[in-house]
Amino acid sequence: MSTDSIALPRPREASRPLVDQLHDWVTTVDHKRLGILYILFALFFLVVGGIEATIMRIQLIRPQNDFVSPEVFNRMFTMHGTTMIFFVAMPILFGFANYLVPLMIGARDMAFPRLNAFSFWLSAFGGILLYFSLVGANGLYGAGNAPDVGWFAYAPLTAQTFSRGHSTDFWTLAVLVSGFGSIGTAINILATILCLRCPGMKLGKMPLLAWLNLVMAGLVLLAIGPLTAAQMMLSLDRYLGAHFFDTQAGGSAVIWMHFFWIFGHPEVYVLVIPAFAFVSEIIPVFSRKAMFGYPIMVAATVAIGFLSMAVWAHHMFTVGLSSNANTFFVLSTMAIGVPTGIKIFNWLATMWGGKIHFQTPMLFCIAFLFQFLIAGLTGIMLSAAPFDWQLGNSYFVVAHFHYVIVGGILFALFGAFYYWFPKMSGKMYNETLGKVHFWLFVLGFHLTFDFMHVPGVLGMPRRIYTYEPGRGWDTWNLIVTIGVFFQALGILVFIGNLVWSRVKGNAAGSDPWDAWTLEWTTSSPPPAYNFAIIPTVKSRRPLWDLKHPEDPDWKYE
Amino acid sequence: MSATPMTMPEREPTWELPSRGHVAMYALIVAEAAIFIIFVVAYLFYLGKSLTGPTPKDVLEVPIFYTICLLSSSITIHFAVGALRQGSVGSFKAWWFATVALGAAFLYGTGHEWHRLIYQDGLTISTNLFGTTYYSLVGLHGFHVVVGLICLSTVMAFALRGDLGQQHTYRIDVLSLYWHFVDAVWIVVFTVVYIIGR
Repeated sequence: MSTDSIALPRPREASRPLVDQLHDWVTTVDHKRLGILYILFALFFLVVGGIEATIMRIQLIRPQNDFVSPEVFNRMFTMHGTTMIFFVAMPILFGFANYLVPLMIGARDMAFPRLNAFSFWLSAFGGILLYFSLVGANGLYGAGNAPDVGWFAYAPLTAQTFSRGHSTDFWTLAVLVSGFGSIGTAINILATILCLRCPGMKLGKMPLLAWLNLVMAGLVLLAIGPLTAAQMMLSLDRYLGAHFFDTQAGGSAVIWMHFFWIFGHPEVYVLVIPAFAFVSEIIPVFSRKAMFGYPIMVAATVAIGFLSMAVWAHHMFTVGLSSNANTFFVLSTMAIGVPTGIKIFNWLATMWGGKIHFQTPMLFCIAFLFQFLIAGLTGIMLSAAPFDWQLGNSYFVVAHFHYVIVGGILFALFGAFYYWFPKMSGKMYNETLGKVHFWLFVLGFHLTFDFMHVPGVLGMPRRIYTYEPGRGWDTWNLIVTIGVFFQALGILVFIGNLVWSRVKGNAAGSDPWDAWTLEWTTSSPPPAYNFAIIPTVKSRRPLWDLKHPEDPDWKYE
Repeated sequence: MSATPMTMPEREPTWELPSRGHVAMYALIVAEAAIFIIFVVAYLFYLGKSLTGPTPKDVLEVPIFYTICLLSSSITIHFAVGALRQGSVGSFKAWWFATVALGAAFLYGTGHEWHRLIYQDGLTISTNLFGTTYYSLVGLHGFHVVVGLICLSTVMAFALRGDLGQQHTYRIDVLSLYWHFVDAVWIVVFTVVYIIGR
């Protein structure tokens, strides 16, 4: 580990004028900088979306509260959903993919650096467009500003008749534009992984993170198209008087649901598969064992990818499908539990007998395992059509999918933040603050989302802006809202930790975790060219081979 | 930077990966195909569900000539790429020009058909579900033909300036994939709109 002499002298950032530094960031095509831009952009919107959620929870803290008006409440849940899915979850996962994939496969950049920058700025401007609606959508008097049709925008709510002004158009265009950005990034990730692997890294030797992002990129290609097409149709309806979703002219409101959820369900896996990827990298390193069942892990991911394309109508049981369709979608949805269960057992088997280090990244991954399991179990409950007829559109559903997205995806993301922060910043984060963040967030998460199941079972529908006292929902809603403040506190500690550690943290060194994948062979943060010499690998854990030449992995793989 | 020197194998093994241009273009084609599939599904779903006329049977005529134009442009672009690979730029220019001309002819055909439908038959995108689905599906394909023609014409301009040579075969080959895709989509659209739907 002594090629320091090869490293070119890096221009010292601090010594350059701020304008020049900003100019560098805006015009950059470096995958690492774009990755960080993606992540910062998403973190900003995470705070914005979090504030929207907090406003909703304050409104619901007690019956007949009047913190916000019903109109504002509608805008809040629409903006919260749209923001969190399109402008937090997707960009943050793309950011990590951007940063990590080239480093982990031993490449110097993505396959198309300029397309990469273009895709990022498309997503960024999509997010800005969505929030510009607050200023720009007031086209008609009393028409309202921010979109208020719900994040899945069912017809005929979105028709000109019911959605006056331009708020729905801002929503449509923002989602459309960010969709093009997503397709660009997916093409880039796919081409990078297939075409730029370093010598020796056959598909079967790739780190799991690369494999899972490959499947994610494929899903994006298949899933974003239907969304794009549906948004085009909606725009045609609203501006050219087309009749796609216009029931008055024989159009169908239900076909919008189909088109939206053909995108919407694979989207869940677009988000959760990269979360699986983080967990699959972190758990082995902190258990000091190689990943258990690598080929099965890959096969299960590919199986999830295929199955996820055939389950969308389980979002529509309450609409009333034919009994054949119900049966098909119940069975296909339950079938997804099989490969997902395989993954959970693989992670457990990786930890089994390992020497587990309970540092912050690992804590988040362990919480992920528990919470994702519960999210999956309530998912199987809801996949049974008769059960769904009872609890569809209730807070039980809201609790279920927040268990997936917060308890699963966000926890894995926090793990990834702590795990790769030393690589991205060159500094070590503060372990104590990390643990404080973890426990605050675990407490807040469980207060909010465990107890949110209950009012759902008691019949509380989602998206109501208030409720009458005496229905048995009051206490539950109070607890749920209290949990939100613990989560917000956790997020503050998290951001404080990132900022403080970036400025004051100890130098991390190139390999603080004694890990095994290629990103840890280069300096922290890596130079613009990543690797002075393109590495050659012989096994899935190239760095293990180097550290243990007497017992390399490639002898056994 | 403590970049770890990786062990160099004694014998340089052959390490070949697919070309990124082709992979990316195939990926784009998959994404585009997903968009088209939704429009095709909408067309088929709304077949015969229009509440008022005109119906496809009343007004649509099968555009056989222009279809032959577009499909044969796939053949000419294939020969053009072949010619460039051989290094004969003159022959490339001829085939490439033929491709552009055939694509433009197809576009003229679509324009002509739309003009007739709008001014003679009174069918617009807001007339009925047939108008809605017909103009959006054929229009989406027409939009892709326009984008393709812009790309092809740009290449033509470079070729006429003498800036194009054998060394660009790879890029031209990737671009030709897009054009083949546009033609293949027309086969689907043609089948759905003019054969099944009529």
